[in-house]
Amino acid sequence: MIDSVQDERVRQIPWWRKALIRPELGGIVGTIAVFALFSVFAADSGMFKPQGILNWSIVSAQFMIIAVGACLLMIAGEFDLSVGSMIGFAGMMIAVFGIVLDLPIWIAILITFVICAAIGAINGLIVVKTGLPSFIVTLAFLFILRGFTIFIPQTIERKTIIGGIKDAAEGDWLAPVFGGKIGQPLFTWLGEAGYIDTFQRGTKQGQPVIDGVPMLIVWAILLIIFGHILLTKTRFGNWIFAAGGDAEAARNSGVPVGKVKVLMFVFTAFCATVFATCQVMEFGSAGADRGLLKEFEAIIAVVVGGALLTGGYGSVIGAALGALIFGVVQQGLFFAGVDNSLYRVFVGVILLAAVILNTYIRRLITGER
Amino acid sequence: MKSSLRKIVLATAALVAPFVATPVMAEKYILVSHAPDSDTWWNTIKNGIALAGEQVGVDVEYRNPPTGDIADMARIIDQAAASNPDGIITTLADFDVLKGSITAAVDQGIDVIIMNTGTPEQAREVGALMYVGQPEYDAGLAAGQRAKGEGVTKFLCVNHAIQQPTVGERCRGYADGLGIDLGDAMMDSGTDPSEIKNKVLAYLSANPDVDGILTLGPVSADPTIAALEENGMAGDIHFGTFDLGEEIVKAIKGGVINWGIDQQPFLQAYMPVVILANWDRYGVLPGNNINSGPGFVTKDGLTKVEEFAGEYR
Repeated sequence: MIDSVQDERVRQIPWWRKALIRPELGGIVGTIAVFALFSVFAADSGMFKPQGILNWSIVSAQFMIIAVGACLLMIAGEFDLSVGSMIGFAGMMIAVFGIVLDLPIWIAILITFVICAAIGAINGLIVVKTGLPSFIVTLAFLFILRGFTIFIPQTIERKTIIGGIKDAAEGDWLAPVFGGKIGQPLFTWLGEAGYIDTFQRGTKQGQPVIDGVPMLIVWAILLIIFGHILLTKTRFGNWIFAAGGDAEAARNSGVPVGKVKVLMFVFTAFCATVFATCQVMEFGSAGADRGLLKEFEAIIAVVVGGALLTGGYGSVIGAALGALIFGVVQQGLFFAGVDNSLYRVFVGVILLAAVILNTYIRRLITGER
Repeated sequence: MKSSLRKIVLATAALVAPFVATPVMAEKYILVSHAPDSDTWWNTIKNGIALAGEQVGVDVEYRNPPTGDIADMARIIDQAAASNPDGIITTLADFDVLKGSITAAVDQGIDVIIMNTGTPEQAREVGALMYVGQPEYDAGLAAGQRAKGEGVTKFLCVNHAIQQPTVGERCRGYADGLGIDLGDAMMDSGTDPSEIKNKVLAYLSANPDVDGILTLGPVSADPTIAALEENGMAGDIHFGTFDLGEEIVKAIKGGVINWGIDQQPFLQAYMPVVILANWDRYGVLPGNNINSGPGFVTKDGLTKVEEFAGEYR
């Protein structure tokens, strides 16, 4: 009897509305929009051939790796502006330990991860202990880390680019986890079957132009899955939302806000180090200017993906879509033959449009006005 | 209401307009540089390829990583290769990073010419057709030998691009040309004009025996001119610079700068387009690399330089 009576105090939400009105709706709409746009304007430019797809996928994956970290941190209510400098610094550390000090590459990578995680923790501890805005604290580290990234190689090697990492990583067990490729047999088969182009000349003649999926993309997917599950399926995920929503209320209800925030800073540093390690292993050198402005690209991807700058709201899937939009637009503009100097204009327009759209969606969800 | 609607339509049209590509019939060449958007020196390059494209009748595009990140540049070369142009003209700012992308483009059947940064040896190694540019060390050496004849004994080299090892070669060549040790004469000036100016002022007051300055481009030269005008050493201290620009030309004319080394960037952009077009159309190719510089520009013969400074010179 009671079961069949509807409680008129609870508003019924139709299923389609529940499925549609989500934080990542803006990201989904944006993704469809950019793909529609470029499939019209860059249709026969090679953008949607295997080689072109791989190109913008790699660039998007780069953004995704740092966006996942930045997203969780932003939901926890903090920023990290030192991400770009951390990328340069981490790469340089691997080169210093692996080339200058001649340690095995896997040890160099592990030491670098420990150092960078520690720096992330220091970032977090300073923010939590002093109550200073993370904006200022991490801005300081933006300069400190970049400074060391230039100073250290300049002092010990008299140059700002340290190369030779590819040779040193030959036969190393950990290096391929970051710089390797998977699925080579599949692509060889695709090449032989004529589904993808093959090299016309040179030492690789006859081999497919794509010889595998870079680990960079695998890392991006793994980090997105990890971040999404952590955020939506675990108690710790609730703590992240709580810490960024109202830290005081969260503390009163027993959430270890300080610990959550410090761990998120460490995770952001981890993501930056993954980015740097993949880059160094792929290109075989570390440069003092790597990662410039990447912190803003991460934040833009996260915001385009629907997260709130002030914390407490957002989604990892949204951030990943934001990164995809960013990557597709950046490379797509090249494919469409748009004047290079207009790139920033498009980034600005997309950012603005996404933020406005996301604000409306958020109001629909939370009911705020 | 109506007018605001029209405004929206116009604004949308303005945003979409750059997408509307011209019908592709002619050969397409893409020039990829390593310069960040902030480096105005590359304007000459942009004008150079645009003019060549117009005169030869081919489509040309200019691309660069917005922040000057060389790893991003490698992705741009990959992208350029994926769009299947007839040729790619690129700098070789970091051999390790760019080698893979350039070699892959060459193997894919795209003709590549290395311009500006890099060496003829590296160009050969990646399988490029040729190298068009100014060998950096040799240019520095020539500058140093000339400065020695003009009485320089101790110098300051203002390096605004410390992250690019090839640019630093100019300082090393200059020191070797003078026959003295580089030591700490190379300054990492950064790219901010007022920072550069103050660093130069500080260095000169700390080292009063410095009688020669070498700047590596307009980015470091312009603030250095301002610094010398402020401390009264303008025209007194020997001052040579790489590259030209409006302020540099003015300073050469005013006697503040003794000479500018012109690597003639126009040729670095213009020649590859012409060479690639003739290679694609008639199969003819010059038999050697092309040195676009160094050419010393002094007070005499400034007219053409002045007229086209920042545009084609």
